[in-house]
Amino acid sequence: MAATTTTASAAAGPGAPSGRLLIANGRLIDPSQGLDGAHDLLLEDGVVAAVLDRGEGPGAGERRHAGERRDLTVLDASGLVVAPGLIDMHVHLREPGQEYKETVATGTMAAAAGGFTAVACMANTEPVNDNRSVTEHILAEARRHGYARVHPIGAVSKQLAGLELAEIGEMVRAGAVAVSDDGRPVMNAELMRRALLYARHFDVPVIQHAEDLDLSGKGVMHEGEWSTRLGLAGIPGAAEDVMVARDLLLLEDTGGRYHLAHLSTARSLELVRRARRQGLPVTCEVTPHHLVLTDEEVARTVFSTQCKMKPPLRSERDRQALLAGLADGTVDAIASDHAPHHADEKDVEFDLAPFGILGLETTLGLCLDRLVRPGIIDLSRLVELLSTGPARVLRLPGGTLRPGSLADVTLFDPEGEVTVAAGAFLSRSRNTPFDGWKLRGRPVATMLGGRRIELPGRAPAPAAK
Amino acid sequence: MTAASPVRWTREDLLGIAELSPGEIELVLDTAESFREVGERPIKKVPTLRGKTVVNLFFESSTRTRSSFEIAEKRLSADSLNFSASGSALAKGESLVDTALNLQAMAPDLIVIRHAHAGAPHLLAKKLKAGVINAGDGAHEHPTQALLDAYTIRRHKGRLAGLKVAIVGDIEHSRVVRSNIHLLTKMGARVTVAGPRTMMPVGIERLGVEVAHTLAEAVRGADVIMMLRIQLERQGRMAIPSNKEYFELFGLTSARLAGAADDVIIMHPGPMNRGVEIASEVADGPYSVILEQVTHGVSVRMAVLYLLSGVHEETA
Repeated sequence: MAATTTTASAAAGPGAPSGRLLIANGRLIDPSQGLDGAHDLLLEDGVVAAVLDRGEGPGAGERRHAGERRDLTVLDASGLVVAPGLIDMHVHLREPGQEYKETVATGTMAAAAGGFTAVACMANTEPVNDNRSVTEHILAEARRHGYARVHPIGAVSKQLAGLELAEIGEMVRAGAVAVSDDGRPVMNAELMRRALLYARHFDVPVIQHAEDLDLSGKGVMHEGEWSTRLGLAGIPGAAEDVMVARDLLLLEDTGGRYHLAHLSTARSLELVRRARRQGLPVTCEVTPHHLVLTDEEVARTVFSTQCKMKPPLRSERDRQALLAGLADGTVDAIASDHAPHHADEKDVEFDLAPFGILGLETTLGLCLDRLVRPGIIDLSRLVELLSTGPARVLRLPGGTLRPGSLADVTLFDPEGEVTVAAGAFLSRSRNTPFDGWKLRGRPVATMLGGRRIELPGRAPAPAAK
Repeated sequence: MTAASPVRWTREDLLGIAELSPGEIELVLDTAESFREVGERPIKKVPTLRGKTVVNLFFESSTRTRSSFEIAEKRLSADSLNFSASGSALAKGESLVDTALNLQAMAPDLIVIRHAHAGAPHLLAKKLKAGVINAGDGAHEHPTQALLDAYTIRRHKGRLAGLKVAIVGDIEHSRVVRSNIHLLTKMGARVTVAGPRTMMPVGIERLGVEVAHTLAEAVRGADVIMMLRIQLERQGRMAIPSNKEYFELFGLTSARLAGAADDVIIMHPGPMNRGVEIASEVADGPYSVILEQVTHGVSVRMAVLYLLSGVHEETA
């Protein structure tokens, strides 16, 4: 279903930053205010002006006078969900250094196409984002293109080498929202202890890619029946679990904020659940692919390298545990770990392919089709996991539609059918295991600071009248 | 045993045993039986594959398998080309897919590939028109080895169903084990795998085998004992401390054959480490069929080349 826009002013078309925008007739879901129902949303000067009950309040008047007022644009969101802008708290934009895989521009375009208004990008660029000037460069690129907000995550250690702390304070002052050596774990327990302590000065979370490299060894997929059948080296679940257990023990002593990236095993989730009960400041995210696929997919696709990522696709038992963690509130966020790689790099033997797959343009559809449709979670919980939750973990300004907050809004159609077409992705890369999947549920539009984002080569979904 | 199988061969590639039906396996074995006689003639050649081009693409060193394929191809009158990793384009940084596409441009009918990485033959098969024969991919499959093992067992026992087969050694890193497990369980044999716990892959019992952790338990009542090569240099000392200790635990000696069936046969896919996994007295002893396996390898590979080239002809 396409939203339609009615505007009294030819000049105030979509994308016009000024003026007021009324998103009318949609189903507004904002877990931060406990809202889910027939509300209209009034955006003004880049912030949320009001949430209006349908048929009353100033909105009704605005709508009645829409034909007369020059500065009010009305966007008909009938059949659509209106949510606080979605936030993907774990992506790799590859810039600087690997622009042949992705750039800030193409990555944020992919974000906007996928319904995201903000992303947090990992530090494993070339050069590594381990100092202020790289952080500033990423932010400058983001401002120049502006399809979505970009929140850089700085490195924990210089060069991601795991030996010395990076200049976390300078990076945070420049705009970094967290620190992580993602792509690599912080293997050295002493460095992790120091990082947790030091990051407290700047009140940013330390995000861990939990993997004991000795245990994962030369592994390329989850260790289990399927790695045995395929003769591929396995990465045991314990490679993640022992690191999570270690870090939670350290966290008991240090305090601070600790966030687990792409948690993938039943046992790690149970460790987090217990630590939470104990009152430890731990949060965690899971990826859509770990929620939807299992290690069997490597066999089903006959060694497709699109099924190779870290952590690896786990067992069905692990997947079921993650689904339970979504439902019971243990999981704070769904994050894609969007990891672009060039087609040539993936068109090789399974052992030789790089780890990682795209996520920005498939996350929302997968979640709607595979999590909400079967009733594992409801729409409100999904919006929490994709917006309110990550905003809370990273203490970002979005994730809510409270009056006065940023006018970052995502419109999606929970019933819209779509066939994933990797060839049409706005990302520079194509590495997805979901190409050709038919999904029900799709993003329709994003507003950034009240301004509708238009994407190159894409007809604006809600047509202006 | 040599009765014509009702099954027709329709596969363009032989990538593994996992996907074969019992009928297809029997068809290969029966076809091999009819080629066996060629190797016993004074002039060991038939014109079956005349005008066909077969490329032997060996990315991993191999003496036995490669020579076996080469002899099979020559006995069938195919034109064969050998291509090995050292000194090839691959050593110069060309990708497997590019190497394959270049070979494809020369229009071979069949490609035999040995590769250190599991799934490499499958990648080729997705890209190429030529039929692909997996001659061993990483720790995944080695289908012609399992077929020649089955052929050898069948010649000695007259059947596969109901036999107890013990496979002993580094189960985790062995492609021979995986192909043999698939083949033997499909044909109704009972398979027991044995070896150190550090060399036993997770979930192996899900493949339909019994797991034993002592040699005695594995050998008890066995009709067939298959010993696997131990490569300390490859597996590292985190799996076993020394060859000596391995031999003490799992090395096959005459004394340790005591519990096996009276007509047990001893097999080994080679190359053997005498005094590590098998004592010479057993390897060279009356129960050993190890060299026969090599002989039958040629017949079985002739059968595979013949069956696949027939399909390729039809679809070309």
